[in-house]
Formats: sequence, structure tokens, C-alpha cells
Amino acid sequence: MDQTHREETEPSEDFAQFEPQRRGWLGKTLYFIHTHPAIIPLAVLAAAIVVFGLVLGTRFFSPFSLTLVLQQVMIVGIVAIAQTLVILTAGIDLSVGAIMVCSSVVMGQCTFRYGLPPEISIVIGLAFGTLCGLVSGILVAIVRLPPFIVTLGMWQIVLAANFLYSRNETIRSQDIADQAPILQFFGRNIEVGGAVFTYGVIAMLILAAVVHYLLTCTAWGRHVYAVGDDPKAAELAGVRSRNVLLTVYAGSGLICGFAGWTLIGRLGSVSPTAGQLTNIETITAVVIGGTSLFGGRGSVIGSLFGALIVGTFSMGLRMAGTDPQWTYLLIGVLIIVAVAFDHFVRRAAA
Amino acid sequence: MTSDFLMTAEGITKTYGRVVAMDGVDFDLRRGEVLAVIGDNGAGKSTLIKALSGAIVPDSGRITLDGKPIRLPNTQAARALGIETVYQDLALSPSLSITENIFMGRELRRRGPLGSVLRMLDQERMDEAARRELRELGLLTIQDIRQPVETLSGGQRQGVAVARAAAFGSSVIILDEPTAALGVKESRQVLQIIKDIRDRGISIILISHSMPHVFEVADRIHVHRLGRRLCVLDPGDCTPSDAVAYMTGAKSWENT
Repeated sequence: MDQTHREETEPSEDFAQFEPQRRGWLGKTLYFIHTHPAIIPLAVLAAAIVVFGLVLGTRFFSPFSLTLVLQQVMIVGIVAIAQTLVILTAGIDLSVGAIMVCSSVVMGQCTFRYGLPPEISIVIGLAFGTLCGLVSGILVAIVRLPPFIVTLGMWQIVLAANFLYSRNETIRSQDIADQAPILQFFGRNIEVGGAVFTYGVIAMLILAAVVHYLLTCTAWGRHVYAVGDDPKAAELAGVRSRNVLLTVYAGSGLICGFAGWTLIGRLGSVSPTAGQLTNIETITAVVIGGTSLFGGRGSVIGSLFGALIVGTFSMGLRMAGTDPQWTYLLIGVLIIVAVAFDHFVRRAAA
Repeated sequence: MTSDFLMTAEGITKTYGRVVAMDGVDFDLRRGEVLAVIGDNGAGKSTLIKALSGAIVPDSGRITLDGKPIRLPNTQAARALGIETVYQDLALSPSLSITENIFMGRELRRRGPLGSVLRMLDQERMDEAARRELRELGLLTIQDIRQPVETLSGGQRQGVAVARAAAFGSSVIILDEPTAALGVKESRQVLQIIKDIRDRGISIILISHSMPHVFEVADRIHVHRLGRRLCVLDPGDCTPSDAVAYMTGAKSWENT
């Protein structure tokens, strides 16, 4: 027991003393993992890169290939940031991919059908994404419907609206490059040595840093965690959970709208059929990234690692010449292991 | 006369459908006292406490603080008036740290543009204040004020919840069954904390089923029965078994 502190205080009972709990090395490790949820995905990612690097050599372990992984996960990475926000509140957003695609279609159609300046079209697209998110937010926070059902509905509605509104037409890459190159802004890149960084990849990293800052260093961020952890407790402690949920869903919609812009850069064209699996891919990234589906635990950095793990596996296995189904099989295993591990650590460290 | 009373309630009613939870409750709390509220399960004492802490809005009745009528539409309104509540289930966020829980909903931001523009929290200042509060309450050393609350024992969690109330409660602290989930030693410490807080001049409302605890710390005992106040006892004038008898209806109360 700590002698100095013992002398400062009169009550000498053994109540609620926060003296260091004795933990073995296993306990310490679990406690560390428990308080740093992104550490395991980082380790898995590092291990995957090392293993593929050893097996495939410089074909895989080159600046070009490694930054190619970044480019390939850029869309999923950005949308996974939005997904993380929602999952941290113990929700789930199935409509992220649809909102992203529809926002990109809105940006394209505003420019090419209505002849608006592309900058204005982008703002309208971002506003559209935010609005979709806000509608989900209102249904979740105020009408109090389950997030799964709300976003399942939103997914269908937005996706159908996307096909109807776009008349299922693709806007060709060449037309965009000629008339509204700013729509393809995030497809541009800078090269450093053999490494290729698209503006989209850089945007993903900056966005992750900004959202990470908001989640860890502002009151709003702490409230997001508190609401996901125990909404009733948060409310009683003075958190306005309704506002937190509304801003989370609206913010998620805004990020999806932004992802729509980067999607144009990635594809070159505006295609209403893109991103059909984005919702599932982002949930996968978030879960592998160590964020708990029960809310209150996790980080956007972890989700980024999760997306990169998936990207590394797909590229590495493709380079090794395996059937792509092996990738899906492995990702499936990884999801279950990640969730099981989360359970184990939480129970052991608590 | 009224200046004696810090907080009063008159004729508070609350019904849920056909269930009458409060049937014209009167209540008064004196300055700097520990008022115990006892009553059988379902007597409506927790509804009363919720009304006083802003967690529910009564259908009718009047609540005053410092002689002035007040409205408590939500818990934030009550806290703004210096009324803090420690709920039975503690209302803590398990995965957040001790500091974060203590400051939940009223975080301190950094001074200057970091705080006003970037909204950055002042972790150091909050950690320091949280550590000071826990130390003043005799909760001894904190090895890691940033450790998640879920890694603490039941007694330690209770300590965090009480520290939060004591840090911000400037006039009234309401404690709902603070010793119910604790062992003997831990309970003793909570009772000591209650006395310490009273010595700071803060009035305390203590809801408890434990007669020994009530008789140890209470200055007066409010007995709740069938949705209203049956009587107020002076613990010096009666025994715990009298109190239980009134509370359960085994003994009826005649106004003297």
C-alpha cells in the first residue's frame, strides 16, 4: 500500500482504494490490448505485410505495390470512417455505399444534366449525403427505430433513387475530364520514388486524422463513446444523446458524400452501379479493426488498419496466384476471430 | 421559517396510466442535513427522487429551492441548480476513464484558441481535478486516473459516482441506495463520505433500505408509504423497528 497517501487521508478503511492492481504479464498484456484496441489490427497488418513480403519478394514488398494497396482500399477506408462513427454508438449503417454512389451521381448529374458549375454540384452532392444521414439520424434518435432497420430501408430507398435518377446511365470519364476535371480531383496523384499517392489516399489519411482527433480530444467524441457504451447512463450523466446521434448520422452521411466525390476520382467515371458491396466491406473493416459492434469501443485508426488488412490479403493472395475465393474465406475467418478475440479480451481484462 | 428549508415539494403527483406513483407528496429538506427517505418497494420513493433530480416531470405540484419555485424539465436543469444525483446503477460509462466519467457532460476545454476553435479538451486539468476530488473523499491514491471504469471494483465505481456528485453538487446531493451493492467495509466508507459531504454544508437526500445505515447518518427520516409521505421521524426519538413498522404499515401514524 502506498504509505504517503495513506497519511493524507483520515478514513483508514479499505474502501475504493485505487492502488495498483497486481497483474501478471498476461493480465498486463490483456489490459494494454484492452485500452489500445487498434494494436492487434496493427500487428496483424504488419505480420501480413512481412509474410507476403517474404513469400512474394519485391514484387509485393515495393513502394509501388504497397501504395497500390492504399489506393485500392481508399474508398472502403473513407466510408469505414463513417461506419466507425455509427458503430461506436452501437448502431450500424447499411446505407453508406448507396449514399456514396448516389452522392456521386448527384454531383455528376448536376454538372452534366443541369449545367451547374462542378464546384456547386459537389456542394450539392455533399449536402445530399448529409441529408440522407440526417434522415436516418432522425429516425434513430427521435423516432427511436433500430438503426439496422432504418438503414436497411435507407439503403434500398437511396439505391433505387440512384438508379431511377441516373436513368442507369454512366457519365463517361472522357467527358468529365474535358468539362469538369475537378470531379476527378482525387484521382490525381503524386509520385515519390516508386510510391504513388493519389489525392484520394491523402484525403483518407487526413480525414482519419481529423475524425480521430474529434473522437479522442473533444467532448463530442467522448459523448459518442458514452452514448454507445450505455445510452441511459450517458443521458443521466448529462449527455444529450439525441444530439450526439443526430450529428453522428449526419456526419456519417457527409463523409459518404465526400466518398462519392473520391469515387469519381477512383473510377474516372460516374457509375450508378459502383460500390454495391461497400456497406459490407466497411463493416468488415471496422470489425477487423477492433471496434465493438456493441458500441463504445474502438477507433477510426483501427478501422483503417482493418481496411488495409483486407486490401493486403486480397493483393497478396492475388499475386500468389490463388483463387480469389481464398481471400473471402480468409477474411471470413478473420472477422470471426476478431470478434471472438474482442469478447475474450474484454472479459479477461474487466 | 422557510429559510430553514433548502428544498421543498408540495402536492406532487405522478401517474403512469392507471398506476399512481405519487399521490400528492410533500417533502422538505433542511439546510446541511442528511435526510433519509425510506419506504417499502413500490411506495414511490424512487419516483419522488426522480422528480427531485429532474429525471421525470411530475403531473402537478410545486418544487422550490431556496424558497424560489423551480422547474426541472430534465436532469441538466437540476444539475445547473447544484442538485446532483448518484443513481443506484451509478450511470457510469464502463469503457471510459475515471476522469471522463467524472466530467461527462461538462468537460473542460483548453484555454485559448485550442479550446475555443479546435474544441480541445484539457485532459491535465480534468485529471488533476478528478484526482483532487477523490483524494478529498478519502478514496486514496489513484494509480491511473485514466483507467476504464469497468476495470474497477463495485466499491471503487461507487466512489467514482459519488466523487462526480460531490465535485459538482453545490446545494443538494441525492444518493439512491448507495450501500446496497457494497460489503460491510465499503459501506462504512460511504457513510463516512456522506458525513464529510454534509460537513461541507451540502444537504443530502439518502434513499436506503438499510436501517442501521439510515439511523447512523440521518438527521431526519422521511417515511414514504403508498405514494405519499406518511411522517417524518427523528432518529433520536424512535427505533429502527418503529421506522420499519411505519414504513410497512404494521404501525399506523397518528399526528400528535
